[in-house]
Amino acid sequence: MGKGFRWVSLALSLALVWTVTACGGSTPEGDSAGDNKEVEIFSWWTGAGEEAGLKALIKLFAKENPEIKVKNAAVAGGAGTNAKAALATRMQGNDPPDTFQVHGGSELNDSWVAAGKMEPLNGLYEEQGWKNKFPSELIDLVSKDGKIYSVPVNIHRGNVLWYNKKIFEENGVEPPKTFDDFFQAADQLKKKGIIPLALGDKELWTATHLLETVLLGKLGPENYNQLWTGELALDDPKVKDAVKTFKKMLTYTNKDHAARNWQDAAQMVAKGDAAMNVMGDWAKGYFTTDLKLKPNKDFGWVPTPETEGSFMVITDTFGLPKGAKNPEATKEFLKVLGSVEGQDTFNPLKGSIPARVDANPDKYDEYGKETIEAFKHSKLTPSLAHGSAAPEGFVTGTNQAVNSFVTQGNIDAFVKTLKQHFKQAKK
Amino acid sequence: MKPIKRSRTGTVPEFHSQTGGRIDEKWVGFLLLLPSLAAVAVFVYGFIGWTGAVSFTRWNSLVPDWSWAGWENYLRLFGNFRFQSDLRNTVVFTILFIAVCMILGLTLAVLLDRKLKGEHLFRNIFIFPMALSFIVTGVVWQWIFNPSTGVNLFLGKMGVEDPPVWYVDTRILPGVEWGEIQAGIPLALIPVVIAAVWQLSGFTMAMYLAGLRGIPDEIREAARVDGAGEWQVLRQVILPLLRPVTLSVIIILGHISLKIFDLVVAMTGPGANFVTDVPGVYMFEATFRGNHYAQGAAIAVIMLVMVSLLIIPYLVSNMRKEADL
Amino acid sequence: MSLKPGRLASYLTLLLAAIFFLIPVYVMVITSLKGLEEATLDRMWELPASLRWESYAVAWEKLSPHLMNSLYLAVPATIFSALLGSLNGYVLSKWRFKGADSLFTLVLFGMFIPYQSILIPLIQFLQKIQLYNTIPGLILVHVIYGIPITTLIFRNFYAGIPDEILEAAKIDGNGILGIYRRIILPLSVPGFVVVGIWQFTQIWNEFLFAVTLTSSSQHPVMVALQNLSGSQIVQWNIQMAGALLAALPTLLIYILLGRFFIRGLLAGSLKG
Repeated sequence: MGKGFRWVSLALSLALVWTVTACGGSTPEGDSAGDNKEVEIFSWWTGAGEEAGLKALIKLFAKENPEIKVKNAAVAGGAGTNAKAALATRMQGNDPPDTFQVHGGSELNDSWVAAGKMEPLNGLYEEQGWKNKFPSELIDLVSKDGKIYSVPVNIHRGNVLWYNKKIFEENGVEPPKTFDDFFQAADQLKKKGIIPLALGDKELWTATHLLETVLLGKLGPENYNQLWTGELALDDPKVKDAVKTFKKMLTYTNKDHAARNWQDAAQMVAKGDAAMNVMGDWAKGYFTTDLKLKPNKDFGWVPTPETEGSFMVITDTFGLPKGAKNPEATKEFLKVLGSVEGQDTFNPLKGSIPARVDANPDKYDEYGKETIEAFKHSKLTPSLAHGSAAPEGFVTGTNQAVNSFVTQGNIDAFVKTLKQHFKQAKK
Repeated sequence: MKPIKRSRTGTVPEFHSQTGGRIDEKWVGFLLLLPSLAAVAVFVYGFIGWTGAVSFTRWNSLVPDWSWAGWENYLRLFGNFRFQSDLRNTVVFTILFIAVCMILGLTLAVLLDRKLKGEHLFRNIFIFPMALSFIVTGVVWQWIFNPSTGVNLFLGKMGVEDPPVWYVDTRILPGVEWGEIQAGIPLALIPVVIAAVWQLSGFTMAMYLAGLRGIPDEIREAARVDGAGEWQVLRQVILPLLRPVTLSVIIILGHISLKIFDLVVAMTGPGANFVTDVPGVYMFEATFRGNHYAQGAAIAVIMLVMVSLLIIPYLVSNMRKEADL
Repeated sequence: MSLKPGRLASYLTLLLAAIFFLIPVYVMVITSLKGLEEATLDRMWELPASLRWESYAVAWEKLSPHLMNSLYLAVPATIFSALLGSLNGYVLSKWRFKGADSLFTLVLFGMFIPYQSILIPLIQFLQKIQLYNTIPGLILVHVIYGIPITTLIFRNFYAGIPDEILEAAKIDGNGILGIYRRIILPLSVPGFVVVGIWQFTQIWNEFLFAVTLTSSSQHPVMVALQNLSGSQIVQWNIQMAGALLAALPTLLIYILLGRFFIRGLLAGSLKG
C-alpha cells in the first residue's frame, strides 16, 4: 500500500472535519449549553402588525433585561403551519427553542403536554400572582391535570364578519345578524355585480374557519362545544343543516378562491372587490397596519351570523419546553409576556386584545375596546381550525374533507368522513 | 469552534513509488470506494428500510409509536380521496409532461440540426431554464397563470369576457367516476405541465441534438440517394436511430415527474379538491404538518416503488450491456 | 433575403419557441424594475415607465442572509462531492474489481430515489449527530446523495482516458494513488468543471432537503423565496426581484460556462 493512500485518507478526513467545523461559524446555537444570556423565541409572527408587536415586546424585554440577548426565530408562511412543522422536528430532535408560540387548547395539551415535553409553570403563576389575572376558562385551556403549561399573551376572536362600509352604504345593505339577513344581503349585492363573500382557501384552514363559524351560529355554543367532547355526533341532523348553510354561502364566493390566501381575500374587501369576509380579527391588524385603513370608516365588523354572545377564542400562548437551553432567561421573558405592560405593548400592534382582565382598555382602538367587552360577557368556544378544539390529526383530516367539499358539495359523504376522522383521532 | 486550518498541499509527503504489492492495488481501490459505498448503503438502503419499517407502525402523532400496524397505513391511503387524486394527477402529469417535452424537444432539435443561423443563440435560450430552480419557475408561472393576474390581464384587454381560471379550475375531463374520485385530466394540471415543460424541454432538446449529431451524415445521404424525402429520412432512418435517446429521456423525465414536489409547492399547492396535489406534497404535509409519520412513510414507499418500476429495469439492462462489452 | 419556405417555417417555429421560453424572463425583469405604484394589475405587461431598483433593495434585504446560507452550503458541498466522485469514478473505471459493476449499479440507484423515502430517518439521524438545522448538516446530506451522480460523471469521463497511459505509469512503478495523483488528477480539470457546475446548480436549486432540514435563519435561499411568494401581501415586483436574485448565481454560471453546463446535463443523463 502506498503512502499515497494515507495522504488521500488524511485529506478526506480533513475535508470532512472541515465540513463539520469550519462552517460551524455560521450556526450560532450548535449544542452550546445555555448560559441564560440568550432566549430564543419561536413564533410565526412575521406579518406586519404581528411582527411589529413582537419587536416592541422584545424591545420592552431588552429594556428590563439588558444582559439577555433575544433571538427572534420567527418562521414565515402558512399562518403557522410552516412554523409548526419546523417546531415538531426540533422538538423531536431535543433541540427545542427556549419558548414557542402555541395555541391554547388541544394544540398544546393533546400534543406537547401529552408527550411530556413541557415544564409546568404553576410556580411562575404563583410568584407573579397571575391566577386571578387571567379568566379561569382561559387558564383551563392551557392546563392539564391541574398543571399550567403556558402563558397566554393575547386573545383573538374567530367569529367576525368584516365588511366594506362603502359598499354596504351605497347599496343600502345592513350588516347581517342572521343567516337569512346574510343571504338577503348577498343576493342584493350579487345582483349589483359585487362579489358578496371573499374567500381565500389556498391554505386549507381558511375554509374550515368559515365552516366553524357557521357551525357555531347554527348549533349555538353548547352544542358546538359538545361536538368536540363527543356528546354530539358529527353526523347529527343539526350538523348537516349547518353544512347545508355553509354550502349555500360558498355559492357567493369569488371564483379564484383557491389561488388566494386569507390576506388576499381580506384585500378584496379592502379594495372594494368584495363586500364581506369571514376571518379572525387578525384581519383587523392587516387592514389597519398593512393597508392603512380606518376602522369603522373604511371597514366595519359584526359577529358572524347568529353568533352574537359567543366568542370563538384563539389564544397565542408561550410555554417552557423541557430541555430548553436557557430556562431562567426564558422565565424572565414569560414574566414580561404575562405582565400588563407586556400585553398592552404587544396587543394594540398585533390587533388582538389582552388575555389579562386588568389590562388598560384605553390603549386599544374602537374594535379592541368593543372586543374586550365582548370577551368578558360571551360564552367562550374553542376554534377547530386553529387547533384548540380537537387534536391535530382531526384538524388535518377536516381540512382535507372541507377542501373536497368546497368543490363537490356532497353533504352526506362529508359528515361521514368527519365522523371517521374524529373516531380515528380520539382512538 | 475554529476551523482547522492546514494547508492541504503543504503537508503532502513526497511521493516515493513502491514496487511490488501490485496484487493489493485492486483491494486498495476497493478500500478507497468503501466510505462512499458505506455511506450509500446506510443513507440510501438503510434509510429506505427504516422508512419502510415506519410505514408499518402506528406512529401517527408527535410521539413515536412503534407498535405494528400491518398494512393499515397503506390500506387507508388507497381508500383515501386525496391519495387517489394524487395517483391520478401523477399519471396524468407524467404522461402529458413527457409527451410534450419529447415532441417539443425533438422538433427543436431537428430544426437546430439543420445548421441555421443563430443556432447557438436559440440553443442557449432553450436550455437556460435548466439552470433555474423549480421554485423560481413556480414563482414566475404562478403569476402568469394566476386567475387575476398574468395571462388573464392580457385576455381581459383583448376583450375576453370570461377568461379561464387556470390552475384553480376544478373540472376534470372526462371525469368518469372511479373509486372515490373522478378519473380524467384535471384542467388545473395543464398550467403546471406547461411550467414543467418550459423548464425541461430544452434539456430534452439537448439530448436529441446530441443524438442527432452522433448520426453520421452518410446514413442520411444513403437514404436520400435511395430517393427518400426529408420527412421519410426523418421517420424511417433518424427516429429509429434515436430510440436509445428517447429511452433515456423517458427515464430522466419520468423519474423527475413521479417525484415532483417543489414546482407544485411553489406554483399551486394541493389545489381545490386536490386537483393539483401530488404524492410528494401529500407526503410532506402528512409528515411535517399533520405529524402522521407512518402515513407519510407509506406515501414515500409508494413513491419509491413507482420510481423503481421505471428505473430498475433500465439500470439492470444497462449493467448487462456494459458487462457484454 | 431569399429564404426557402422550409427554412422560413423553421425560423418561425424557433422564434415562437424562443418567445415561449423568454416570456417568464420578460415578466420577471419588467415587473421587478417597476416601482410599487406602477406594479398594479392593469399595467403589469407594460414596460416600466422608468427603471426603479427599490424592489431589489427590499428583496435583497429579505433574501441576502439566505443567499449567504446557500453560498456557504453550495460551495463546500460541491467541492467535497466532486472530490469523492473523482476518486470513486477513477477506481470504478480503471481498477474494476469483481462485482464492481453491480456495486456501481447499486450506487447509481441512489440517484433516482425520491428523497421523501429517506427523509424521516435522515432527520432523526441529523438530530442525533447535532447537525439538524445547520448548514454543515445540509452539506453532509448533499455530499452523500451527490455520490451517485458525481461518480457516474467521473466514471464516464475517465473511461475516455486511454488505459495505455496508465500502463506506462504502472511500469514506472506508480501505485493506484500515484497514478491518480500524477496522471489522472491533472487530466481531470474538465471533469471537475462539469461536475462542479452540475452539483453547484443542483444544490443551489434544491428545495426538499432545504425546507425539511433547516428552519428560519438557516434556510437556504430557495425556501426563503418560496416564503416570500405566492400571495399579494408581498408586492409582485418584490417577488419577481427576489426570484431573479435567487436565480442569478446559477444563471451567471450558465451564461459564462454554458458549454460545460450542457456537457454536464448530457453526462448526467446516463449513457444509453
